[in-house]
Amino acid sequence: MVNPAHESCAHCGHHHELQVEGLAVRYREVDALRDVSFSTSCGACVALIGPNGAGKSTLLKAIAGLLPVAAGRILWRGTKVARWSREIAYLPQRENVDWQFPITVRGVVRMGRFPQAGWWRPFSRTDESAIDRAIGMMGLADLENRQISQLSGGQQQRVFLARALAQEAHVLLLDEPFTGLDRTSKAALAGTLKHLTEEGRLVIASHHDMDTVKDIYDEVLLLHRRAVAFGPVAEVFTAAKLDETFGPPDGKEAA
Amino acid sequence: MIDWLMEPFQHPFNQRAILAALLIGCTNGYASAFVVLRKSALKVGSLSHALLPGIAVAILVFGLHDWSAFLGSLFAALLIGLGSLAVSRGSRLDQDSALAILYTAAFSGGIILLRRIGVTQEMEEWLFGNIMGLRDGDLWTNFWISFGALGILTALHRPLLMTLFDAEVAATLGVPVRALNYLLLAVLIVVLISSLQAVGCMLALGLLVTPAATIYLLTDSTHAMFWGGALLGGLAAAFAVLAGWWLNIEQGPSIVLVLGAVFALAFLFSPKYGLIARVRRPRDRQA
Repeated sequence: MVNPAHESCAHCGHHHELQVEGLAVRYREVDALRDVSFSTSCGACVALIGPNGAGKSTLLKAIAGLLPVAAGRILWRGTKVARWSREIAYLPQRENVDWQFPITVRGVVRMGRFPQAGWWRPFSRTDESAIDRAIGMMGLADLENRQISQLSGGQQQRVFLARALAQEAHVLLLDEPFTGLDRTSKAALAGTLKHLTEEGRLVIASHHDMDTVKDIYDEVLLLHRRAVAFGPVAEVFTAAKLDETFGPPDGKEAA
Repeated sequence: MIDWLMEPFQHPFNQRAILAALLIGCTNGYASAFVVLRKSALKVGSLSHALLPGIAVAILVFGLHDWSAFLGSLFAALLIGLGSLAVSRGSRLDQDSALAILYTAAFSGGIILLRRIGVTQEMEEWLFGNIMGLRDGDLWTNFWISFGALGILTALHRPLLMTLFDAEVAATLGVPVRALNYLLLAVLIVVLISSLQAVGCMLALGLLVTPAATIYLLTDSTHAMFWGGALLGGLAAAFAVLAGWWLNIEQGPSIVLVLGAVFALAFLFSPKYGLIARVRRPRDRQA
């Protein structure tokens, strides 16, 4: 049906949809998420917005297949998301990664080829050229042999994106990609995400900075253990709906 | 002088000890890269202490054989490791605390038991090792353990490194993270047990951490950590056995001490990550 060699959805005729239906995720006894439903498709840039502990990371991990789904289902291109998929890339919060790990930029990007290369097979010319392309697209060519411990925050984020590109993922799930970046890196990352969605990928990112939402994203999912609202930025990113998500600004904040 | 230097090579039990030191040092040195990258030195240390009660119980039940000590220690490590997991899952305690409680209790029990059954002589050996007491059979056991452990770790190099770097991302790329973590722990325990006769369960941790930790201060390459760790572990252990003979000190502590000395040199003089280099270069530049 789909040519496996194509890089992103822009090159194929139809839209790829991600549907989340009545999703519930439980940590031990606690409901981390319940009854979350929304549906979006390739080419969109979706912001996950909600207070701390609202389940933003949980939702991203659930879509990535890292957490067991207690109820509901997640469909990508009409089929249920398995424990992992080459087409879905997960980019963790930068602070959760050990940046002292002795590995080069290229070494990290190369990990994205594991689904193609497998456990033992040496990386093929196809793999290496996919890695080259990913590194080039993220402007990391000069840094490819550098240790990851020597990177700036913006560069670290680009390494993760390059790994997702090398993986040839269609869906990019980013946990707090803008947190801790300086102004220039933030602007550059926003441009990169825009470019990636224009090429037909689906980007879903948890986001904290309310001032930049309108510039970066097309769609917003307001989340507070449940989906408060979902839709285009102009419709959903409103004061009333934000109050519903975060609690009124002068009153007590919802936990 | 030459005679004095060559003397240790002339006795068969010495030749065996040197060979065993090379073998055990190499395997432990290679595996130590995983311990360092996984930051699990404390966990492995706890498990190494947990080996003692296993040995004690096995000797009590089956008598003193090579295999009884091996099986007993393997069983004890499994029991303590899984027990700590069960305690942490079944209560609000974290696994490290649970592990600490279980292994100190078990270790105490092991010491009392070994005293009771009157094998004080052997206890010293189980605690600090006696590489000169190795027989040909032990050497073969060590050989097969090294062969198997190195084989598994080398074959699974790629997915193991991905798991160690970022287990969640590795899982989203199709790496069976949980199974690999259990497998790695199992291999580390077997490697640990193989070093018991050389350095004993009190010092085994040193051999399973120091080699790659030293290389880690000298290089940024993971390959260098694995193979450099193996080289350093093997050579240092073999040299320490000789030095122990020349200077008439116990070989077990001598092995760990030599490794410690090499580590101290790297800590001070490593051109990139050494203390002196850091002091001389107040702001971190790129090398």
